[in-house]
Amino acid sequence: MLDADFFLRWMNALADAVDREAGRLTELDAAIGDADHGTNLQRGFTAVRAALEKDAPDTPGAVLMLTGRQLISTVGGASGPLYGTLLRRAGKALGEEAEVSRAQLAEALRAGIAAVAQLGGAKAGDKTMLDALEPAAAALDESFAAAREAADEGAAATVPMLARKGRASYLGERSIGHQDPGATSSALLVGALEEAAR
Amino acid sequence: MRMLINVPETVVADGLRGLAAAHPGLNVDVENRVVVRGDAPVAGKVGLVSGGGSGHEPLHGGFVGAGMLSAACPGEVFTSPVPDQMARAAAAVDSGAGVLFVVKNYTGDVLNFDMAQELAEDEGVQVAKVLVNDDVAVQDSLYTAGRRGTGATLFVEKIAGAAAEEGAPLERVEAVARRVNEGSRSFGVALSAVTTPAKGTPTFDLPSGELELGIGIHGEPGRERRPMMTSREIADFAVNAVLEDLQPSSPVLALVNGMGATPLLELYGFNAEVHRVLAERGVPVARTLVGNYVTSLDMAGCSVTLCEADEEILRLWDAPVETPALRWGR
Repeated sequence: MLDADFFLRWMNALADAVDREAGRLTELDAAIGDADHGTNLQRGFTAVRAALEKDAPDTPGAVLMLTGRQLISTVGGASGPLYGTLLRRAGKALGEEAEVSRAQLAEALRAGIAAVAQLGGAKAGDKTMLDALEPAAAALDESFAAAREAADEGAAATVPMLARKGRASYLGERSIGHQDPGATSSALLVGALEEAAR
Repeated sequence: MRMLINVPETVVADGLRGLAAAHPGLNVDVENRVVVRGDAPVAGKVGLVSGGGSGHEPLHGGFVGAGMLSAACPGEVFTSPVPDQMARAAAAVDSGAGVLFVVKNYTGDVLNFDMAQELAEDEGVQVAKVLVNDDVAVQDSLYTAGRRGTGATLFVEKIAGAAAEEGAPLERVEAVARRVNEGSRSFGVALSAVTTPAKGTPTFDLPSGELELGIGIHGEPGRERRPMMTSREIADFAVNAVLEDLQPSSPVLALVNGMGATPLLELYGFNAEVHRVLAERGVPVARTLVGNYVTSLDMAGCSVTLCEADEEILRLWDAPVETPALRWGR
């Protein structure tokens, strides 16, 4: 079973990954967007880290809700509302349980993903974060490692895609050949889950 | 990278402190990133709130004042502001007559303003919203995030601002804002890429001798790249692209906008070409504005925006305005 400590480890591992990869995310965004994805997420997760440290929530759901709220209030752009909604909605789905199973987490993530799809109006294949998150949530029923692999593969699979949503969509055909920055950061989120489980 | 900055992290806050120092008539909250006209809330007047990423100055902070915006929310460079900023701005300018959000069509701006609308309405502020989407360079808008909001934002903010200043109720301010957007189209051209302070290198590689056609205002590449063209050729291409999509039934307002690094001498020369094409196409120009208004940091280049101006729109355009970057008639 996964307790609040596990979720705190997950969010901190994600904040570390964002710090580590911020430059790469911004480079990917420069190719097909506006060169701020890494910087924006880094600002958001710096605030998340501080908020979780200051007042550590004691349930898995509350950890995700607080994280989501911080991201909405500090990131801006599209990634603030999208990541904020993903985590807030997943947190809400977990309710007030002190411990949850991996299956419950997978179910909650799927609820968060559905909310993201609705908010952004995107679907799998549009070259967005959903291309990493959807396969990862499906594979999470199997294991954390399988989820991480599925997310990485999903992110890599965005390279040949034509962007339909977000800033990259304005490039049309010219978006082809670049990995989507949002799918890449989503793969970090799933990878951090595996790290927290170690 | 040679920029007149301290560190990338404080670029927006430093700019806001300077804006405050230059314009004591504005109420600039540097910490919360909200620029409010000093006399807000004005009794009985609809509040007009806009915002978006920084780096497009004078948009939007430079358009706060009598006859235009009540408040502006600057985000990080090229990043939309967060909902908390807009909700705070709405609360600061609402006199009970409601607030209109002017939102440029970018996924981030739309999502954050949607969330802000919920927050503001929870606080009892009546909020309407108008989406600016004038950029004809985005063609297959059914399959993308839709047309970007660019130069027409200035027209919407000025004209809706004048309507609000006259005391029009929220639904009329919203309706005129919508009408201005529906009658406006833009097309932009980049002669150089943009360098954001955070990244420090150009966002795309544009060799000298080439230009990007159909750009937005965030340093993203455009619709296509071609060998460098003359001002005359660019005006033909840009104005024709706009007129392919807009058949004006009245004289137009014309905005010849610089992207930040193109000198006024070039912009005026380009304006002469724009007027030539419009004359050739039989489109009368009622008013013209030339200058750097909706910029993209240090990008060289320009955009053309045309707006159909019936008598009401023309009257509201001519109405007095007093903001840092646009002022006349007072």
